[in-house]
Amino acid sequence: MQYLAPQTLDDAVKALASQPDAKVLAGGTDLLVRMRSDMIHPDVVLDIKRIDETRRITQEDGGWRIGASVSAAEMGENAALVADWPGVVEAANLIGSTQIQGRCTIVGNLCNASPAADSVPAMVAANATVRVVGPEGTRDVPVQEIPVSPGKTSLKPGEFVASVFLPPRPERSGDAYLRFIPRTEMDIAVVSAGVALQLDEGGTCTAARVSLGAVAPTVLLVPEAADTLIGTKVDEPALEALAKAASAAAKPIADKRGTVEYRVHVAGVLARRAAVIARNRAGGAS
Amino acid sequence: MSKVHVTTSINGDPTEFLCEPDSTLLDVLRDELGLTGSKEGCGTGDCGACTVTINGRVVCSCLVLGAEAEGAEIGTIEGMAEGDKLHPLQQKFIEHAALQCGICTPGILVAAKSLLEHNPDPTEEEARYWLAGNLCRCTGYDKIIRAVLATAADMREAS
Repeated sequence: MQYLAPQTLDDAVKALASQPDAKVLAGGTDLLVRMRSDMIHPDVVLDIKRIDETRRITQEDGGWRIGASVSAAEMGENAALVADWPGVVEAANLIGSTQIQGRCTIVGNLCNASPAADSVPAMVAANATVRVVGPEGTRDVPVQEIPVSPGKTSLKPGEFVASVFLPPRPERSGDAYLRFIPRTEMDIAVVSAGVALQLDEGGTCTAARVSLGAVAPTVLLVPEAADTLIGTKVDEPALEALAKAASAAAKPIADKRGTVEYRVHVAGVLARRAAVIARNRAGGAS
Repeated sequence: MSKVHVTTSINGDPTEFLCEPDSTLLDVLRDELGLTGSKEGCGTGDCGACTVTINGRVVCSCLVLGAEAEGAEIGTIEGMAEGDKLHPLQQKFIEHAALQCGICTPGILVAAKSLLEHNPDPTEEEARYWLAGNLCRCTGYDKIIRAVLATAADMREAS
């Protein structure tokens, strides 16, 4: 195996184009585990942490650009980012232990393509995009289009994700992410839900995005669940309709972590609770 | 496979080493540099026995390549005591009998030191969450947490 640590995105793209069996390394909390478990044996590990752009959290066009090497812990320490997108940061901060937090990244979490990835439903609800770089140039892609099935992404050979963009947070808006795990810490979501919504001056919801994790081969964006909130005060009848729509959209498998029936039910419960938190964060009636 | 030449700092000492590109930082510390205080428990980032700091942040050294240490500041358990003078956490761990077999202890001490640097007055809950990535199979958690909180109280008084 060869270890490469380019200092520019261009050099990284060139290196990746000439090394078909290269793996990109940022936090390493999934890659190193797979290497050490003999699941993969890459010819080249391409460490992108020495590329300046990947290391920064910057304000851009009223929103936030988060580099692919930024750790979840660094996100949690950025008070202005937390104030704008508390749901996204809380989701990122749920991943693993303190030790993992110091290394793990939301881009790694996304590109690992697990349907149970904690930060992904929160990013999908936030309408985040990622900047993909590759031999054919740069493109911005909605987060939900990156995973295509468990462990598989839509990235083409030679491409990698350089950063995430969280859009400007509108006035009177809020986001939230909740997951269910049987413990209080350090576990994989059995079901999860993300909600981002916006209210008008009277407290009526004008826009919403609802996402679900761990109930399908990929994280789901559920427009029909969001539609139950739009035009309402996110009150009891709306929350009831939201829970039904979220449960209806959940298409989980049964495994050792939860049955189909359980996951379908809890998808509704979590969507509803996340919507209440998002509504309160947006300044709506509590 | 050509070796990677790495220039780094370990516990404040400028250090150079050669490592295989796929060697972990833990392997380098233990096998190349003789710093065997960091332990390998699971090797997959679950147990925290290999905890070290990189640029002030706690990480599992089993999930870091040795080559990634280039230009970084690494802190290990060997840098915790000053000569024969134990760090207050080490002293309190002895007083509270906060260890049995000792395999998890170096990692817990490194992680606990980092906790107190971030938060000199942690609640029990905060301490337990911060140390949730450090497993102790002798089930000494209660004594460990008491020792950490007692150290925090002492250090606050002393400062």
